[in-house]
Formats: sequence, C-alpha cells, structure tokens
Amino acid sequence: MTDVQTRELPAGRTTGRNVGRPIDRVDGTAKTTGAARYAAEYPYPGLTHAALVHATISRGRITSVDTAEAAAVPGVLAVITHLNAPAMKPPPPVSPLNLSTLVSGTTVNYLNTDEVHWDGQPVGVVVAETREAALRAAALVRVGYRELPATVDFAAGQGDARPEKSSPIQPGAVAKGDAAAAIAAAAVSVDVRYTTPPHHHNAIEPHATTAVWDGDRLTVHEGSQSIAWMRSHLALRFGVPAAGVRVISPYVGGAFGGKGMVWAGTVLTVLAARVTGRPVRLALTREGVYRTVGGRTPSAQRVALGASADGALTGLIHTSVTRTGRVGGMPEQVTSASRHLYDVPNITLQQATVPLDLLSNTAMRAPGESIGTFALEAAIDELACELDMDPILLRMRNEPARDPVDGKRFAHRMLREAYALGAERFGWPERTPRPGSMRDGKWLVGMGVATAYHPSWQFSANVTVRLAADGTVVVRCGFHEMGMGGATAQAQIAADALGVPFEAVRVEYGDSDLPTGPAAGGSAQTASVAAGLLAACEKLKRSVLALARRSGDSPLRGRRPHDLQARDGGLWAGASGPGETYAAILGRAGRASVEARVGSDTRAGEILGQAKFIAKFLRDRRRWVKAACGAQFCEVRVDSDTGEVRVSRWVGSFDVGTVINAKTTAGQLRGGIVMGIGMALSEETLLDPRTGRIMNPNLAEYHVPVHADIPPIDVHYLNEPDPTMPLGLIGVGEVSITGVAAAISNAVYHATGKRVRDLPITLDKLL
Amino acid sequence: MVEIHLRVNGVTRSLDLEPWVSLLDALRERLDLTGTKKGCDQGACGACTVLADGERINSCLALAVQYAGREITTIEGVAHPLQAAFVRHDGLQCGYCTSGQICSALAMLAEHRAGAPSAVTGDPAATGVELSRAEIAERMSGNLCRCGAYNGIVSAIQEVAEMETAR
Repeated sequence: MTDVQTRELPAGRTTGRNVGRPIDRVDGTAKTTGAARYAAEYPYPGLTHAALVHATISRGRITSVDTAEAAAVPGVLAVITHLNAPAMKPPPPVSPLNLSTLVSGTTVNYLNTDEVHWDGQPVGVVVAETREAALRAAALVRVGYRELPATVDFAAGQGDARPEKSSPIQPGAVAKGDAAAAIAAAAVSVDVRYTTPPHHHNAIEPHATTAVWDGDRLTVHEGSQSIAWMRSHLALRFGVPAAGVRVISPYVGGAFGGKGMVWAGTVLTVLAARVTGRPVRLALTREGVYRTVGGRTPSAQRVALGASADGALTGLIHTSVTRTGRVGGMPEQVTSASRHLYDVPNITLQQATVPLDLLSNTAMRAPGESIGTFALEAAIDELACELDMDPILLRMRNEPARDPVDGKRFAHRMLREAYALGAERFGWPERTPRPGSMRDGKWLVGMGVATAYHPSWQFSANVTVRLAADGTVVVRCGFHEMGMGGATAQAQIAADALGVPFEAVRVEYGDSDLPTGPAAGGSAQTASVAAGLLAACEKLKRSVLALARRSGDSPLRGRRPHDLQARDGGLWAGASGPGETYAAILGRAGRASVEARVGSDTRAGEILGQAKFIAKFLRDRRRWVKAACGAQFCEVRVDSDTGEVRVSRWVGSFDVGTVINAKTTAGQLRGGIVMGIGMALSEETLLDPRTGRIMNPNLAEYHVPVHADIPPIDVHYLNEPDPTMPLGLIGVGEVSITGVAAAISNAVYHATGKRVRDLPITLDKLL
Repeated sequence: MVEIHLRVNGVTRSLDLEPWVSLLDALRERLDLTGTKKGCDQGACGACTVLADGERINSCLALAVQYAGREITTIEGVAHPLQAAFVRHDGLQCGYCTSGQICSALAMLAEHRAGAPSAVTGDPAATGVELSRAEIAERMSGNLCRCGAYNGIVSAIQEVAEMETAR
C-alpha cells in the first residue's frame, strides 16, 4: 500500500477546527530522516539499469546503427534501437471523450521509427547490470543520420506563427470594441514589446522510472502528477488491460508541471523491462531530463495601453507568440490575465503559436499567466509612469466590478483588499516615485508592485472514506503529493467533516490502485479532492446515522442528518443535545467499519464522472469568473557599479479563499515567488539557434535561485471563502509566481530608470 | 573490482566495486541507503551532501574508493533536533533536497563554531560572528531547493543554532 505514516490515536484529544491551522506536514518526518522512498529507490531482486541514447541532429532519418561496441561492454544485457525494438501502439490522438489522451508528452512512437524530430530525441536504450555500464555503453552506440531541414530558432520562426483557435477551455482571441483606435486617440499611451526565454522546471528529483512486468501485469514506480492517466497511457501503448497496470507514486521530488505528461523515459523503461524480462530502473541524468522532458515556451509579447489623463483605461492590446513542437505541445494562455484584470472598454487579445522542430513545450508553473502577467503588469507600470500616477492607484482606478470581456460575475475577487493589506505591510507610501531617487550608498534602491492572477479550477475526484469502530478514519484517493502538503490538508478537512481528531485520520494517495484522483495541475488538486472528500464524509455520516437509528437504544433515534453535528468523535444533536460516539454506534451494530464512496472507477463510472465534470465545468464558466489573485511588492537593490540586482524585500498579499493549512499554504506561496525571482533574474534555457540543442542542460549553467538570492518573504492572505468552491478554498500552487517578474522589473526601473523588457534581467542589460 | 571497507553511520560495510563508482552510487545502489539523493550528479545541487569525518562533501563528486576507512554519515545516521526544526518551520516541500540540506547545515554549524568566515562576513578575522539569516543563506547556497522552502530552512537552522549557543 502507499507509504504514508500511520499515527496512533492519542487518548483524550478533543476535536475542533483543524481547517486553517498551521499543522506540520504528515510526511515531514519521513522526509527529514531519509525514510521516504522516491521512484528510483525501490529495490527489486535482479534489478537492472537503463540509459538513453540521444539523437544528435534536429530532424532527419536514422541511416545506420552500430551497437557492437556497446553490446560488448561487460554487464550489458540489451541494446534496444528502432532496429530491434518490439512494436508499441502509437500515442493516441487527443480525444475529449478520454482525457487520458492528453498525457502523451509527444506524438513520437519511440524506437518504433527511424525518424528524428528533435535534437535529443531518444534513439536507443541500453540495459545493463549496473548504471555505470549502461551509461558507458550508451555512449558507445554509433548512429548515422540523413539530416533534413529543420526550423528550430524561435526568433527566426515567429513570422510563421498562426493565430490560435478558440477552445472551450481558453478562447484564443478577444475583440471587444476597437482597441487600436482607442489607443491612437488616447491622451496617454504606451506600446511595448516584451520577450521571455524558455525555462525548465528543474525539480531536484530528476525523472526516474522503475518498471517490473509480471506476465501482462505491470508495476511502475514514477514521480508523477497524473498517475491514472499514466496507467491508461501505458496500458494502451503496451496493449495490456489497464486494471493490470499499477503506478505507484507516494513521493514526488518536485514536479511544477514537468511530471504531468508521460515522457520518453517512462515508456522506454517499460519497454526495456518487457524486452529483458527483468525489473528495469531508468534514472534520467539531469541532461537527460532537458533532452526528453519539455519545458516552458519562450514568448514574444506586445502590450499597448491607452488611457485618459486621469488614468481611466480606454484601450488594451495584448498579443503573444509562443512555440510548440511539431511533435506536440500546447498553446499557453499568455493573455489570460488580460481578459480579467482591467475595466477597459476596448480590448484586443490574440495568441499565436509556431510549431518548431523541438521537443514539445509543456506546462510549467502557471503556464501562460506567469509570463503573460510579466508583460501586462510591466506595461501597466510603464503607463503609470507616463501618467505620473501611482501604479497601485492606476490599478485601483481600473478595477472592474464585472468581467471586462463578457460581463460575467466574479465568483470572488478581493484584489483591492489584497493591495491595501500588502501596501501597508510593505510600507509602500514611503516610496518616492522618481526613478533613482532612493539610493543607499552604492546601491540603487527600487520598489515595484504587480498584480498576481490565476484562474481557479476544479476537477473530479473519486474518494473513499472508511470509519473504523475505534474512531480512526482512512481517506483513500489517488491524488499526488509533490510537496504541496496534500495529505495533511485533506486530513484536516476530513477531521472537521467527521468531528474526529486530526491525528485519527490517515490519508492514502499516490497509487493508481486507489480510487481515481485528479491530475495535479492548474492548482486544482486540493479543491478537487476536497469536494469528493466532503461528499464522501456526508454519505458516511448518513450511513452511520442509519445504523444508529436501527437501534431503539440510540439517542439519535428519530434524528435527521441536518439536525446533527459531527464532533467529539461522533454525532450529536446540536451543540449540547444528545448523541453518541461513532465507536458506540458501530459497536452496538457489530460493525468493524463503515465506508462511503464517491465516484466510480468502472469504465461506465469513469465516463459518467467525466461527463459530470465537463457539465459542471461548462456551467461554472457560464456563470462566473473564478480566480485567485494578489499583489506582489518587492524592493530591489541594484549595484551601481556592476548592475547586479538583489531582491532585498518581498511582501505578497493574496486572495486565495479559505486557507486549509496556514503553514503549507505559506510555503506554496513563497515557493512560487522564489521561482518567479529566478524567472525574473537568472533563469534561461539556452538553445543553439542552428540545431535547437539545449546548451545549458544542467544546474551549473541554468541558474535557479539559491539560498543567498532569497530574502525573507512576507506572505499574507485574506482567508475569505470563495462561495463557489468547496470550503471556499482556491488553489494556491500557481498564483504566487504570477506578477513576480513584473514586480521585479518595475522595481529595477524604479531603481535605475532602465526598462529591461527581455527576461532574465541580467547585469549586462543594465550596464 | 576493488574491495573496500566503507564505514557508514558507524557500521563498517565491505563492498566489491569498480574504482569509478561514486560514493553516492555506492550508498544508494550498493548499500540501499537511499536517503542521500541524486539531483544532478555534477556537484551543482547539493542533494547528495553527506558528512565525511564531519565535513560536508558532495558524494556525487567523490569516488567511493577514496573514502575507504573514513567516517561517513548519511541522513540515515543523523538524529538531531534540526530534523524536527525543519518540519516545524516547513523547511521542505517535496523532500528531495532535504537530506542534503540537513547534512550540509550540520557541517555548516560546525564550520561556524570553528570560526570559518563566509563571503558575507564583514571581517574574516573576526571571532564569534553572529549566525544571521544572511550568514546562514550564504553558507547554505550550495544546496538548491526548487520548491523554494529557503525561508523555512534558514529559520530552522537559525533556531537550532540559537538553541546550541544557549546551551
């Protein structure tokens, strides 16, 4: 079963409100003692090790393969290439009737084709008794190619970008009024271009797979954000029943979107285990992750704004170009925040994409919004300067009462309150507006602000709750734990719903044999699981009440569910009325446990669940605009000699609905800000424009923030429930990276008088 | 193959391995001590940090054969208040860098006690330099945390350092 901690129920612990408390994460001890096992750490008898051979051309056909030297390395068991690999079914086309079809990282049927689609595509896999032998042999496989022309340079390929088609999830364009004419006629306007480079997730755990076949049954250990979809995908690719495939993923060593899809390494480990008949582990090298797992697209954006002299916006244009791969990838909703943030009568939004001969792009923390808010919120700051107006005042001047594009109601929006709280905590009034006016010795001090915005989502989740006669509770749902503290939050929710102590609840997750959970994406997991869990707890309480009412002795006889409170380990009629404990009810009924289930994992149940999800999704979208938002405040210090930028202070003030766990929520919010600081100042994946080969596929040359780069980050949240979400909670995983790069670039301008519109803001751009 | 005796967490283990096997792979793959993590295998992330005779090293850059006879401590051999402090201050999320952060911090505290300065120490010759947040962050910058739990990590270390000073 899943590897989660079990806890003894402490005697005499009273129940109370657990939601909101800063409870320590339940897997903290396992992670601080080294006991937590990640995907590459499961021992199996006869375990073998795999290594990948990567293509060294951008596009073409394989003309020759020489594996003799590789096969001769002592300990090598198999060298698998397209010449000898067994057939796999190709990745399925995307179908709205089967959402697991979204999970193919690329459309390439690895080692079942002689075609090469990107520099780095796996063209062979070596299996050996040791990791060292596998890596050595992989380096000795000689592959010959016939090269074909390839388009790999984003800067050069932008002219071929095509406007995105609208989808029910994200309309590709908005045309409201005549933004161009409004901006041309405006008293004050700005029209600026911004660029952002490719980024990589760089979870500290590189992707790893351990695969074991037993006949047609397959067990896979993998750090994944979508275990159910991975199970379906692997079953389809290898032509075996999905019921016989199990994906186990109790610990995921960071993901950030990078472990949402099924990438080559997973498929090829399973293939290698099929070929050799042995358990196989493939732990990708850091370089291997860059070569085979997609990253964030680069972008080129234009934002034009027009306003009256008193700061009322009259026109907004936001356009973007991003890239996909010819073998897969997705458009990013770069202009998403521009639909919702400002009350503008004339809005033109247009996203375009160009497919390149590169590995598919993929979701990375707040895809679209993280880079889109950089451009929008930097442009707003530029306009504020043109207007000689405080940038917060300009934003509040244009804060809409309803959605600016279609007039829908906001389910919940407290951006004004977030700004007020943030400005007070940050000390915004002490800022003097003129750039360069806040010098401190050699340091040019700047203060910047920007809005954070991320849509809120909710998917379907099947959940089982079992209450035992001893008062303990087991929650089972195949969701994912990549560090968000999901098991802790759901235990808090279950404890309150059932009126049992937090310590009495155990949560099982990260295993595809559990009831199917949602994919961990879109900051939707906590709300999605909570909705299923709350429904399951209600069902469970009704079952318990039914048991009690069967007995003439129960004080609950004749009571109805809505009369009752779940507290103190049982059901009670109001705060002081009669009632009894679960233990008493189950004991009298002679039941060891009572279980309730929401959702079904049968094929029919899956289709029904999907239909219900889509219906709710569309209904919600018709009624409301739902989102998390916030205000990012930062102070930077720029070295006047070297141009080096240091972030010296941060205040983030967020509207994320009800907070389930004060400690882990603060951690999520800080984590997004840290990644945003990297995006603003140091992160950039460098491609050779001739070949598309990534030139810095390592943590020494791709600079993620280190301890010394991060000041104390002061985070606040309003903790006001969103009435349309379960318990009023809104996901927190992504909103906090949005607006970060803009706040920093605005602060850098305030410090230096220089606008850097091309991320990252490295010192050479300031000198 | 070379036969070596590795002393890990107070226990001497005999291993037959090729001379090119890293200490990290020896720990993880041969001794099933998987608490030490591999994040980059290039000495850039610090996830593989272990203690060798009390000093922090990147075990991915160390050959196992070089460390025969040395006293190696991995996270499995650590029992220190710092671990609970990490949990209390939420100095972790996914947990993959955590073992390295903790081992690194333990050696860092010892370096500080021994008077070692850092790049942010005003006067390198000064004694009794206060272990401020800036000092801790500077001295811990070899250990990456992509989840961004840096604030909590520094708070945990600072709390333990203050506890130790108070004793």
